[in-house]
Amino acid sequence: MIRLKSADIEEIKQIAQKTYPHECCGVMVGSVENGVKTVTQLIPAENQRTDSPANRYLITPDLLNELEKKLKGTDRAIVGFFHSHPDVPARPSTYDQDHAWPWYSYVIVSVNKGQAGEIHNWKLKDDRSAFDAEKMELL
Amino acid sequence: MAATIFIPTPLRPFTGDQESLELEGSTVGEVLKNLAEQYGDLKKHLFDEEGKLRNFVNIYVNDEDIRYLDREETAIQDKDTISIVPSIAGGTL
Repeated sequence: MIRLKSADIEEIKQIAQKTYPHECCGVMVGSVENGVKTVTQLIPAENQRTDSPANRYLITPDLLNELEKKLKGTDRAIVGFFHSHPDVPARPSTYDQDHAWPWYSYVIVSVNKGQAGEIHNWKLKDDRSAFDAEKMELL
Repeated sequence: MAATIFIPTPLRPFTGDQESLELEGSTVGEVLKNLAEQYGDLKKHLFDEEGKLRNFVNIYVNDEDIRYLDREETAIQDKDTISIVPSIAGGTL
């Protein structure tokens, strides 16, 4: 399960609308206790897939490596990522599945004609066969 | 040669929750192979069905991306540190 503030959800939707018709993306940092992830910080990232920003997103490993170094030794970790699906449902694609790791939470927001709509959270199965919906609790 | 390899949080459930491991190998490829052999459930998250490193999985040796070194042939010295860092990618269709 992942816990987010209602304000975090609103912020993700705002970013997604601002980025439309391109995909937005970002990192969720938080604490982990008894398997429950609690988001304490959203870090919006610039989509590096400039060749196809309407249906692809990329957060570079250099950004994540730097962030991991900053978080090392603290009680916080990268707990997941968010991105938007312009004009398609907030369900993971095969491409999402091919580029994911288990444990992380993947929050996807659908943006229809510029308006943010449904938002869902997903987690890759340990055998990589599919995503499961992961419970998202609002604080 | 033995290197310290740091295991990212999402992959720790496959290594008994160990944050880092000391593994033998003279190249990055050998260390990763040893990692995958010792922790079999981890393998599919690092390598594809053809045994190649997945294209979103990036390896750093002492903070240097191996794409700018000799990739998986990058030589390992004692006390080198290896980090596994994903590129986060996705999208529709």
